[in-house]
Amino acid sequence: MSMKATIRQVDSVMVVDISGRITLGEGCAQLRELIRDQLTKGNKRVLLNLADVTYIDSSGIGELVSAYTAVSNQGGQLKLLNLTKKVHDLLQITKLYTVFDIHDDEAKGISSFQKP
Amino acid sequence: MTSEPSVVEVTLESDLKNLEVAEEIVRRVAGTAGFGEESEHQIEMAVHESMINAIWHGNKNDASKRVWLRFEIYKDRLEIRIRDQGFGFNIDEVPDPCSGDNLLKVSGRGIFLIRTFMDEFRVKYLPGSGTEVTLVKRIDPAHQPK
Repeated sequence: MSMKATIRQVDSVMVVDISGRITLGEGCAQLRELIRDQLTKGNKRVLLNLADVTYIDSSGIGELVSAYTAVSNQGGQLKLLNLTKKVHDLLQITKLYTVFDIHDDEAKGISSFQKP
Repeated sequence: MTSEPSVVEVTLESDLKNLEVAEEIVRRVAGTAGFGEESEHQIEMAVHESMINAIWHGNKNDASKRVWLRFEIYKDRLEIRIRDQGFGFNIDEVPDPCSGDNLLKVSGRGIFLIRTFMDEFRVKYLPGSGTEVTLVKRIDPAHQPK
């Protein structure tokens, strides 16, 4: 199953519901394109909902880092929501858990963004 | 005396589409060997990352080349060998992705994950044949066959 993403706006935050695989190739390319598109539109508050991500590999983790730095470099914020145990464990192993702002409650995640 | 292992061997075209084929084989082999769900996922990821290295770095994404996988199920361990048609790499030159300067780099975590998830990881360059990595995961004594 390849990656699927749907975007919804809640307040000033773009919530991206991602499902499937974020892996080298199609999944990573889709995520990269999605972030680039949001930044082009001026949407700099992004909450990635990873609840339905079934598989992520080292390239997928790299793509999350890339998304984080791309948004941060534009003066925005990218946060993560609803990590599965597998993604949670991978971020801990790679010491990225403390880099990302991670939430398990969407409303609290959205309210944590700085207001425009 | 070590008993003969059960062996599964497969040769795949060097194409990223075959990652999921390899993962399916890993799940079946790891399940047969007696690993639990978490170990099974770790082995699956280690093979996934090794396959990417073989396809992307070893075979330079050339679909005419091949990746060879061999699974050997022993009573106490699973040994996996993955061979590409490339020219090898020096494992000592792979930087630590968790060190400060590397933490926010986009790539460079594959070998680290393989080492984390497996009990042994070896790389051997076979002149004329390619590069072979060996991954070993020991089976919990409680799950070993009597």
